[in-house]
Amino acid sequence: MKAPAFSYARPRRLTDVLSLLEKHGDEARLLAGGQTLLATLNMRLSEPALLIDMQSVQELKDLSVAGNCLRIGAMVTHSEIEASPLVARHAPLLRMAVPHIAHRAIRNLGTFGGSIAYGDPAAEWPACLLALDGMVVARGLNGERRIAARDFFTGLYTTELAANEIIVACEIPLATTTHRFVFDELARRHGDYAVVGLAASTQRNDGLLDQVRLAWLGVGNMPLRSTATEQVLQGQRLSDALLAQALETLRSELQPEADLTHSAAAKRHLAGVMLKRALNALGSMDAQASSAITL
Amino acid sequence: MTDQEQAPDDLATDARAVNITINGTCSQHYVQPRTHLVDFLREGLGLKGSHLGCEHGVCGACTVQLDGQVVRGCLVLAVQADGRTVTTIEGLSDSGAIRELQQAFVRHNALQCGFCTSGMLMAAHELVEKKPDASREQVREWISGNYCRCTGYQSIVDAICDVLAQRKKPGLAAHPEGVLA
Repeated sequence: MKAPAFSYARPRRLTDVLSLLEKHGDEARLLAGGQTLLATLNMRLSEPALLIDMQSVQELKDLSVAGNCLRIGAMVTHSEIEASPLVARHAPLLRMAVPHIAHRAIRNLGTFGGSIAYGDPAAEWPACLLALDGMVVARGLNGERRIAARDFFTGLYTTELAANEIIVACEIPLATTTHRFVFDELARRHGDYAVVGLAASTQRNDGLLDQVRLAWLGVGNMPLRSTATEQVLQGQRLSDALLAQALETLRSELQPEADLTHSAAAKRHLAGVMLKRALNALGSMDAQASSAITL
Repeated sequence: MTDQEQAPDDLATDARAVNITINGTCSQHYVQPRTHLVDFLREGLGLKGSHLGCEHGVCGACTVQLDGQVVRGCLVLAVQADGRTVTTIEGLSDSGAIRELQQAFVRHNALQCGFCTSGMLMAAHELVEKKPDASREQVREWISGNYCRCTGYQSIVDAICDVLAQRKKPGLAAHPEGVLA
């Protein structure tokens, strides 16, 4: 189908974006990469009067290290994240997740900020931001505030962002040498919506798991962490007994919602498979690290 | 670029001027904000090589280049391309940039009805240029965003892998015609 008629503006300054948003309120939609918005317009699921295109706002395209954080501007594209040496070094979880995001032609336009603002429960970036204890930097005409990822996603496609605010960037604490990350995802076709996905982060201190974060995509109505399972793993050494205990906790903790192709039971089972794979992957990373030391 | 900075006071939805470089030629056109790039290319300019399948970003038949990168032509507005560069299958074909791929597609019977072929070639071109060492599995992943309902993909993957292999042979890359001889 074809999109309904709307007006269009492409401001260069962030303050002009905010003024337009303030003036037109719910009649206006922000256009970041457009890879979700334009599809919904073509299907006439939404009929805004005005699109505010942010492609010319240079300050939203910054990708840099700021203090002890990696700062990803809202308009940085998935492909730019894929190619960035800064991301590979300081936020390797994002580098692992990016090939799962849609397809190349969509990654070339879709943006990090757009994905976070949309808050799709099956999308990769919201779960990664949650696993990495990231922050969302939001700005309105009255100033800027930081919202922790764990407080940002509040429901199905619903976030803490106020109607007159925009995301300018996300901040992610820099990975240290003790951090380990795993990203895994099951989809029917490569790049399709996740059936179940896991973004996992932990620190390894003397062989013990510390600061475990298990963030799931595709299992609920928003990206969510399995905190009870994290607690089971906290401070423990990897073992078969620990894995069994973690799986049992996960299966009672996750209450997945069925989608078009998978039942809740199937998703719960697959989440268990993913956790098992993730803990096994952490075990092999330990083995590699210790053999490197021996050499 | 034409001035799109301010929204018109009455939120007008009618056509406005854009300057777009298309297949190497920059010119001014009038487009409505609601018109997506491929409708503009096909209906406004008669460039019918880019196809429209699903119009919501799933099938890949509308793939074109925007500033040298492949994009979904149905998920970009023509007004978003104001001040930017668009290359279509017509441009890549006329310049000879995809000659090896076209010849390999013919050699391997990598098309039947041909509806997906222009998008498939656009995607394959970026792969061959950006990831010359791609494995067969990576080729499959790369074209996973382009649907083909005829071939079963096998022959398309064969054709792309053939081009990647030929390009690695020293001396042949500069003379793609030599591969066929």
